[in-house]
Amino acid sequence: MLVWSRAGRAGAWAVLALLVGVIYALPAIIIILASVTGQWNGVLPSHFTLRHYANALHGSSAAMLRASIVTGLLASALALVNGSWAALALRNTRPLPRRVLDIVFFIPSAVPSVSVGLGLLVAFSRPPVLLNGTLAIVFVAHFVLVSAYSYGNVSAGLARITPEYEQIAESLGARPWYRLRHVTLPLLMPYLIAAFSLSFALSMGELGATVMVYPPGWVTLPVGIFGITDRGAVFDGSALTVLLAVTALAVLIALSRIPIKAAQR
Amino acid sequence: MAEAVLGHPAAAPGLSVPFIGPDAARRGIGYEGIAVAYKGTIVLADFTLAVRPGEIMALIGPSGSGKTTALRVTAGFVRPLRGRVHIGGRDVTDLPPYARSIGMVVQNYALFPHMPAYENVAFGLRARGAQEATIREQVAACLRMVGMESFAKRYPRELSGGQQQRVAIARALAIRPEVLLLDEPLSALDAQIRLTMLEELSRLHRSLPTLTVIYVTHDQTEALTLADRIGIMRDGRLVALGDCQGLYRRPPNRFAAEFLGRANLLPVTVEAEDAASGLARVRFGAASLMVRRNPEATAGQAALLCIRPHDLRLEPPGPSANSLAASVSEVRWKGDLHDIGFEIGGHRLRLTAAPLRTPPEAGALVNCYFAPEDATLIPEERRG
Repeated sequence: MLVWSRAGRAGAWAVLALLVGVIYALPAIIIILASVTGQWNGVLPSHFTLRHYANALHGSSAAMLRASIVTGLLASALALVNGSWAALALRNTRPLPRRVLDIVFFIPSAVPSVSVGLGLLVAFSRPPVLLNGTLAIVFVAHFVLVSAYSYGNVSAGLARITPEYEQIAESLGARPWYRLRHVTLPLLMPYLIAAFSLSFALSMGELGATVMVYPPGWVTLPVGIFGITDRGAVFDGSALTVLLAVTALAVLIALSRIPIKAAQR
Repeated sequence: MAEAVLGHPAAAPGLSVPFIGPDAARRGIGYEGIAVAYKGTIVLADFTLAVRPGEIMALIGPSGSGKTTALRVTAGFVRPLRGRVHIGGRDVTDLPPYARSIGMVVQNYALFPHMPAYENVAFGLRARGAQEATIREQVAACLRMVGMESFAKRYPRELSGGQQQRVAIARALAIRPEVLLLDEPLSALDAQIRLTMLEELSRLHRSLPTLTVIYVTHDQTEALTLADRIGIMRDGRLVALGDCQGLYRRPPNRFAAEFLGRANLLPVTVEAEDAASGLARVRFGAASLMVRRNPEATAGQAALLCIRPHDLRLEPPGPSANSLAASVSEVRWKGDLHDIGFEIGGHRLRLTAAPLRTPPEAGALVNCYFAPEDATLIPEERRG
C-alpha cells in the first residue's frame, strides 16, 4: 500500500470510485435504464417498459445479432489460426525480418477502422478480386482488424514459454507436428483463448469498417444500433446495445471457463 | 577401451585428448573437433572427446565455459560450425534431435505442466508410436525405478522439486535412450535433497550399466561423487580430462587444480628427479622439499607445487614428511572440520582437518607438514 494514512486511503478510494463510476458504471447504467424506459423527460425515467427488448428479439434485430456472432466467431477463428501460425513461424526468424513482419501485423490496429474499411472497398471493388457487396468483405475487414491482437497475444505467450519444453519433447522423439499438438499448443492455450476472446469482443463491437463494407442482408448489430439511434429510436438502440453486451459477455465467460491445465502451473 | 593419446592442436598445452578411434565412434559418444559460435563469438572451440559406452562423463567448468553448449550439440539443439558428433556409432551431426535417441534432464526439469507424471513419462513412448500395453509397462517400470509410482496421477505443480526431478529422469529413461544428458539437474534442489539425489543417480546408473551419461555441472562435488571421468572446460575448450582421482590428485594445470577442489599452489624450482622412487626434489625459498615427480617438470624448470588443504598436517604424517614453517593467519571452525589459513613466504595456504582439540591461535608460528606422495607438480608452462 502506497498510502499509509487512513484519510489518504479513503481519499484514494473516493477518487477511484469517482473515476470508475463516471467512466465505466454511469454509461452502462444509463444504457440499461434507457433500454427499459418508456418515457424519459426528467432526471430519471418516468415510465418503464420491456417493449424495446421485445422489439430487439424479433424481426431484423435477431438477424443482426446472428450476423454479429457469426462474423465475430469466423473472423476471430481465422485471425487466431493466422496469428498463431505467424507467431510460431516468426519466432525463429532473424530479428530484422521479424520486426518488419511485426509492423505489418500491427498496422491495422494503428489505423482507424474506417480507413481499413475504405481501403478494402477501394481494393476489392474491381476485378480481379471483386468482394464489394459480398459477405466475404465483412469477414476480411474484421479479420484484418483483429489479426493484430491475435498475433500479439500468441507472440506474447510464446515468449513466455521456455524453449526447454519443446526441446525436451524433441529429444524424446517428438517430431515437429507432434510437438506442436501435444506440447506447444497446450502450453499456449491460455494465450490462444485470450486472443480469441479479445478478437471476438472487438469484432462484436466493430462499426467503423463494417459500416463501409457491409452488404444488404448482413447488417451487424453495431451497424443496426447506429442506424436505429440515428433515426431517433434511442431506447430501442439501448436495448440492442444491452443485448450485444450480454451476448459478448456470455461468450467470453464461456471461453474463460474452458479448463486449461497448462494455466495452472 | 584403450585410449591413445592425441596431441590435439586445439587442446590446452600438454592435455591428453583421447583419440576417437573406430571403437569409440561405434559405441558411446564421440566429438570430433566441434566448434560452435553465437553471433561470431566462439563458445566451443575444437571440442574433441570420446565418452565410453556406459560411462558417466562429467563436464565441469565456470559459467560460459561451453559445457552446456557441448551438451546441446549432443542433443542436436545447436548445430556446430565444424566437427562431427557420433552416438552409438552413428554420425548424428545432421540428424534432428528427435532422431538421436537421447534422454535429457535439465535444471528446471521442464516437466510438461499440462500432463500428470504418468503422461510426462509416457510422452516419449507415445511420440514414437509405442503400443499402449508397452507404454503402461514401461512407464510403470520407470516410475518404480525412481520411486514415484504412487505419484503417477499428480501434476508437476503438485510435486516437490526432488519429486519433479525423479519424474524428469523417469521420462528421460522411458524411451530407453543410448545416452542420458543431465544439465545441472540438481542445482535447483536444496543441499540435503541434492545429496540424496546424487546417491539415487549413482544407484540408478548401477542398475543401467550400459547407459552413457554426460553430466554437466559447475559443482565439483557432484562431479567427483558421480562421474567415472571428468572433463574440465574453460573458455569453450576442454582444458583437462581424466578419471576423478587422477585429475584431483594430479591436476594437469593450474586451472584444473583450482577448479576441481581447493588447492595450495607454491612456485618452486625442480632441483632433481628420481625416476626410481617417483619423487623429485624441489626448492621453495630456502626449503628443499620432496614431491611426487612429474615427467614434464624436469630439473631446472620452474613449476607449481600443488597440495590439497586436507593433505597439509600440523603433525608429521611420517618420517619423510616435508616441513614448512608458517604463520597462522586465521582459524575457522566449520562444525565437522577446522579450516586454518597460513602464510608461508608471502604465499597463503589453507589446511583443513577434523576438528582439533587445541587449534593454533591466529598469529602463532607453526610447522605444517605434508607427505611427498601427496604433493604434485604442475609444470610452469601449463599454468591455466
